[in-house]
Amino acid sequence: MTTTGTGITRLAEVFTTAKAEDRAALIAYLPSGYPTIKGSLGLLTQALDAGADLVEVGLPYSDPVLDGPVIQHAVDAALKGGVRVRDTLAIVEQLAERGGRAVVMTYWNPVLRYGVEAFARDLAAAGGLGVITPDLVPDEAGSWLTAADREGLAPIFLVAPSSSDERIASTTAATRGFLYAASTMGVTGARDAVSDTATTLVARARAHTDLPIGVGLGVRNGAQAGEVATFADGVIVGSALVSAAEHGRAAVARLTTELAAGVRGQHTGR
Amino acid sequence: MTSASTASTASQGLAGTLHDPDDSGHFGRWGGRYMPEALIAAVDEVAAEYEKARHDPAFLAELDRLQRDYAGRPSPVTDARRLSEHAGGARILLKREDLNHTGSHKINNVLGQALLTKRMGKTRVIAETGAGQHGVATATAAALMGLECMVYMGEVDTERQALNVARMRLLGAEVVPVTTGSRTLKDALNEAYRDWVASVGHTHYILGTAAGPHPFPMMVRDFHRVIGLEAREQVLAAYGRLPDAVVACVGGGSNAIGIFHPFLDDADVRLIGYEAAGDGVETGRHAASITGGTPGALHGAMSYLLQDTDGQTLETHSISAGLDYPGVGPEHAFLADSGRASYEPVTDAEAMDAFRLLCRTEGIIPAIESAHAIAGAVRLGKTWGPEATILVNLSGRGDKDVDTAARWFGVVDEAALPTEAPDTTDAASGEREL
Ligand SMILES: Cc1ncc(COP(=O)(O)O)c(C=O)c1O
Repeated sequence: MTTTGTGITRLAEVFTTAKAEDRAALIAYLPSGYPTIKGSLGLLTQALDAGADLVEVGLPYSDPVLDGPVIQHAVDAALKGGVRVRDTLAIVEQLAERGGRAVVMTYWNPVLRYGVEAFARDLAAAGGLGVITPDLVPDEAGSWLTAADREGLAPIFLVAPSSSDERIASTTAATRGFLYAASTMGVTGARDAVSDTATTLVARARAHTDLPIGVGLGVRNGAQAGEVATFADGVIVGSALVSAAEHGRAAVARLTTELAAGVRGQHTGR
Repeated sequence: MTSASTASTASQGLAGTLHDPDDSGHFGRWGGRYMPEALIAAVDEVAAEYEKARHDPAFLAELDRLQRDYAGRPSPVTDARRLSEHAGGARILLKREDLNHTGSHKINNVLGQALLTKRMGKTRVIAETGAGQHGVATATAAALMGLECMVYMGEVDTERQALNVARMRLLGAEVVPVTTGSRTLKDALNEAYRDWVASVGHTHYILGTAAGPHPFPMMVRDFHRVIGLEAREQVLAAYGRLPDAVVACVGGGSNAIGIFHPFLDDADVRLIGYEAAGDGVETGRHAASITGGTPGALHGAMSYLLQDTDGQTLETHSISAGLDYPGVGPEHAFLADSGRASYEPVTDAEAMDAFRLLCRTEGIIPAIESAHAIAGAVRLGKTWGPEATILVNLSGRGDKDVDTAARWFGVVDEAALPTEAPDTTDAASGEREL
């Protein structure tokens, strides 16, 4: 690794840097193993080079209940291509070696099977900064919270428009690095409009935490990224990038550049 | 046949037990809530409403009225005398859930959850289904109560259970064939969850088995406890003793937990669940989650799971669509660990032999799911002999399976069958004697 500090502190830097530049951070999701293991490393590298401040490396899972058709299709292809959990860790390591900042986005069962402590240890050793867990709530995360704490990794939980204030409080209390605000009730997938539930949710969450807040689910272009950047600390883009990935590295670079301009308030609209 | 009336009623199933999970739904290390935050508010609402409903005399009276006047409860217990001759002379008692309205035990749970849906002020229900029995029951209750209904069903299952697809559509439900993954029950559950995350404001998800996140395993169990409550009373009244064993097939585990539960404190009564072993557990082509699985979290709960070393869910195989699922309800994992219940595999071939046997000895065409339990009872009877009394949950009737069975036994002209034959059965057709 070329840099020092725990995953949590290095993740915090993503947001302090963006804040110092008076903008939101751009967080790009792409699954490992799609279209191939090597290809996914190339796409993630491309996203970082084109202006993503942080990447979420998706760990492909057979039953992605919170994902829409685009991501389902990509992770399905990745699994058919034979991607393993250790490949995801290797990709994180290679990104980190180049100074890239990465968290893993994973459904919980692959981590359970790998061993929660072993996964935390190996991810920290690979230079990963934290883990986003779409189907794990803090209520069931006892062993993960302990392991993450020991390894300096950020446990990143989600809040949703349906979350009660009580749950927003308990979820933010367990979260490190940044809070993931799922802006709409629904599965992942690009949407035409940024829903106003997102602003409400972010405002509700701010009442409970000083953590940076990333907003995801639905952002697909620079204009939307710019809109989200006005009220969130991080703009998370998944399905739109995965759709771009179907067209190759150049398409991912193009969209990332547009999104990076968007989070800087420089996107001129389309 | 035992007397047609019992003192036991459906509402007694909701009275609370000494075997309830903790407040967050854990049966020991099993169960809980492994699910997206976005749905936590919804399951909290279901849990709170269920807690209120089960103490509300009006709700309980309505449930009992529907179970009696609409579903036809109590279901009788039949002494299967001719089957007994093929089962070591053991007395085999059949709890006739196949005689319920819609043809299986599934209606017990669905009527309860549909009433709960109305209480919550929701107007739409969704369901997953494998064999189609849960889908049919849900479509039925939706029609009865004026709810909009959408049923998710794996494409493979829509083919092998085509009769039930037609029934659901006749009842006014929309059936959505699921084309992702293995195109069976597991994938139908995934789609139902995806629907629910986006529709939770006005939609209740009527989960069809005693699995999923808390409170579903406990609540679905409670709605099915009437099976065991009635049967225990019926067997005691008719024979003056309890059975030596209570057996059932186990898919997600709802019919099994329903009949097991009221016997949990009867230490001398063996409880045995039969899992779908497909081509045989050793072949890897099976759906025996407890026999062949390892602990993991899928669809909301920690339980036994068929998964690879990376935690990816494995493809399953069973001739029975309703048992073709890689997981099992968490209370069964708990009962297996504690040793209070045991779980054994039954192959496709053993189940189909039992299917034929029950047709020919008792004039009852069972669901292929239930045929797994019959196979288990016959196996047990041969070991235990004439002194034994075995209570079997006959969870459903086999009308839906006539096509699959005809292919298996080769009793119909191949040319008369649809060309899109489910691959689970056609390869073997024509080789067996009915
Ligand atoms: C007749 C019948 N029995 C059993 C099952 C298996 O479900 P469970 O294990 O929840 O009883 C099904 C499921 O479709 C069924 O239709």
